[in-house]
Amino acid sequence: MSGAPAIELVGINKSFGPVRANHDIQMSVAPGTIHGIIGENGAGKSTLMSILYGFYQADSGEIRINGKTVKISDSQAAINLGIGMVHQHFMLIHNFSVLENIILGAEGGAILNRGVAAARKELERLEKEYSLEVDPDAIIEDLPVGLQQRIEILKALYRQADILILDEPTGVLTPAEADHLFRILRQLKDQGKTIILITHKLREIMAITDTVSVMRQGTMVATRKTSETNVEELAELMVGRSVLLHVDKKEATPGEVKLSVKNLTVKDSRGVTMLDNVSFDVRAGEIVGIAGVSGNGQTELLEAISGIRRARSGEVILDGKPISVTGGANPALLRERGLAHVPEDRHHTGLVLPFEERENAILGYHGRDEYSSGMFLDLDAIRADAEKKIEQYDIRPANSKLKTANFSGGNQQKIVLAREMERDPIVLLVGQPTRGVDVGAIEFIHRRIIEMRDAGKAILLVSVELDEIRSLSDRILVMFAGRIVGERGANATEGELGLLMAGVEDGAKDGARKKEPA
Amino acid sequence: MNNELPKWVDYGLMPLINLTIAFAVAGLVVLLVGENPFEAAYLLVRGAFGFGEGIGFTLFYATNFIFTGLAVAVAIHCGLFNIGCEGQAYIGGLGVAFACLAFDAYLPWYVIFPMAVIGAAIFGAAWAFIPAWLQATRGSHVVITTIMFNFISSAVMVYLLVEVLKPAASMAPETRTFTDAGRLPKLDWLMEMFGSSLGGAPFNISFFVALVACYLVWLLIWRTKLGYELRTMGTNPEAAIYAGIPQTRTIVIAMLISGGLAGMMALNPIMGDQARLNIDFPAGAGFVGIAVALMGRNHPVGIIFAAILFGMLYQGGAELSFDMPSISRDMIVVIQGLVILFAGALEHVFRPTLMRIFVRGDN
Repeated sequence: MSGAPAIELVGINKSFGPVRANHDIQMSVAPGTIHGIIGENGAGKSTLMSILYGFYQADSGEIRINGKTVKISDSQAAINLGIGMVHQHFMLIHNFSVLENIILGAEGGAILNRGVAAARKELERLEKEYSLEVDPDAIIEDLPVGLQQRIEILKALYRQADILILDEPTGVLTPAEADHLFRILRQLKDQGKTIILITHKLREIMAITDTVSVMRQGTMVATRKTSETNVEELAELMVGRSVLLHVDKKEATPGEVKLSVKNLTVKDSRGVTMLDNVSFDVRAGEIVGIAGVSGNGQTELLEAISGIRRARSGEVILDGKPISVTGGANPALLRERGLAHVPEDRHHTGLVLPFEERENAILGYHGRDEYSSGMFLDLDAIRADAEKKIEQYDIRPANSKLKTANFSGGNQQKIVLAREMERDPIVLLVGQPTRGVDVGAIEFIHRRIIEMRDAGKAILLVSVELDEIRSLSDRILVMFAGRIVGERGANATEGELGLLMAGVEDGAKDGARKKEPA
Repeated sequence: MNNELPKWVDYGLMPLINLTIAFAVAGLVVLLVGENPFEAAYLLVRGAFGFGEGIGFTLFYATNFIFTGLAVAVAIHCGLFNIGCEGQAYIGGLGVAFACLAFDAYLPWYVIFPMAVIGAAIFGAAWAFIPAWLQATRGSHVVITTIMFNFISSAVMVYLLVEVLKPAASMAPETRTFTDAGRLPKLDWLMEMFGSSLGGAPFNISFFVALVACYLVWLLIWRTKLGYELRTMGTNPEAAIYAGIPQTRTIVIAMLISGGLAGMMALNPIMGDQARLNIDFPAGAGFVGIAVALMGRNHPVGIIFAAILFGMLYQGGAELSFDMPSISRDMIVVIQGLVILFAGALEHVFRPTLMRIFVRGDN
């Protein structure tokens, strides 16, 4: 090791169809250091690491390990080069023992016994060396999550990894478990291992890394020595000042409360709290923006209000009448009551991509009398309606019979927006209205949202684009780890919001719903 | 942005390539047993289409496959893989038999006929109901449960035929033979219109029921609200939940329709041919339906063509094994299997290659 970087990436490019996931990435990590990569979800961190681990092939660019140019065609090649990966979602077999999981893929011959005995000895040595405290005969499903993660690390070490990649390792850990993990990582570093830590939590970067790279929208925007930077700078780099979008709008004139959320709590199927006792109101004629790094409960919030996901407890009142959020409200019925919903993920939720455009233009509204006669769909009415919206929203190509998958992202989004906005709703939920949408369409979409507000709709806007939140919202709520950690007026600064988004809480401990003078 | 094959390639060229390869491999098999594959192919096609009786048999088999193919297709549109058509058809036979046994002494065939259609559909649907319910409410996979229900149905039917439905004096595990009122008219006149004769072939008016069913399925899937909901559920379940489409209800209804169509297949062999309910009358039609639906791209028109193709293999194969003694019945099953393999299971093997040829400028 003649001072060559442990890992060097030169000009890595990777596209998925029209989406540029990685654009001209340069990165260099010195051996025996911990290097952090931060960025929002979708910034391209995981793609980059997948390229390094051989899951994807870069379209162009070079990977150098310890100064040598290598080609990593699959994960086996990565392992042979001494790269180990600890995935965000563990790759363990639940009803196998720790030992069995560790030797999986490296069993050493057709007869298991010999390999197992050798593995046991090696495992004991590794455990002692790194004080990992794992019982080799325990069954995975009996172990807590923190221990399962240590097994993933052991797996990598067992394969003689010198470079460890950890993808969002603390996402599933309690703070105590996270601290233990960091102790282990420091120890590994002391032994000369090189570690890459992918995360969107600034606190972790500051706590453990030596150097840090910031990714945004597929590009590597900056690399800093951790000791020479601070949370504010990183937050700003991470959120970015992409295009400063200016939206002309009048002062809001809020009316009565149209949507009232009270103590809403949502847990996922594993019982992890995704939304923690969230309360707020949205009034007619105002836009309330929810800012936050994605994955902090925004998705669950929209899903719970719109009846897609059951809440554990809490109340939602729509236009004066409660919605049975804990008993499974029917999204179709909520639509009839005036709740329109532009979902965050149009591909998975908002559209049926193989359907014709006009078929998607009625999704969720297909039961209405205007589109049907008896049990049959009224195709003429559906086409006329779809064509009207294509014209109003300038959806291109203007062909209601074209498969939805063949429209560009911006036009697909317009299909969803047209469907949800042109119903004269009382409350409009909008998730990531401009994700993957070209600049021209962004302006149009923003203007439509403001027009809806001026027409007296109550609008709840969720977006990971801070600029979008700031330019559209009349009030801004910041979510972190399933809670609302602060409320600000429309003129809140980027730095202020960035800190809240990173979980650095307000001075006030109960910070949640305290009104702040604008 | 266009990443689709031209329609004529997708629906014309690709099935044709698949078929050609299936027959080429089948030809090799024929060559292996020491026969001339071209002669065998000639005999097979002549056996299926060369004379009136052959055509009659081909269309008789095709009628079975249209019903089961439609049954599989309706379920697939809702994202469900109904492998239980064999059992649903078998149980559907009870509906036909009960209508005939109860009324063939009093009523003419055209009154019994609609009762038999409804009975077959109800019994078939009922047999699909339990797997459907388990899938919708408990997540038990229909593939597993419908396979199990196939086994249960064959045990139930053997029991019923041996212990309950068999006339006292008979040695055969089957119901009594229906009177003429329990038989469907054959379509001799149709063959005579083309200057041919049906001979002994059991080609009967349930063929028209099958064609009507094709039209109704097309209406259901592409023209009704229910069909829209089925397709949404089958293509993007998350979008279906977002749209408020009730999951349990939609899954159960799709499976009931599927089971009903499978059950209606029983009309053809029971009322149209045997005039009695006997052991294992579906004879694999339920499984062929899967291949027919796959090959016909789950579209009624495609299903009609695919059903006729398989009808041809059944009838032509029988003739072939008669004319070429070294090609046994089992060899015919091998050829059918190859067609299913290439046209059904490996349907998309050539898609990437064709995409490269016909879709350019994507990257």
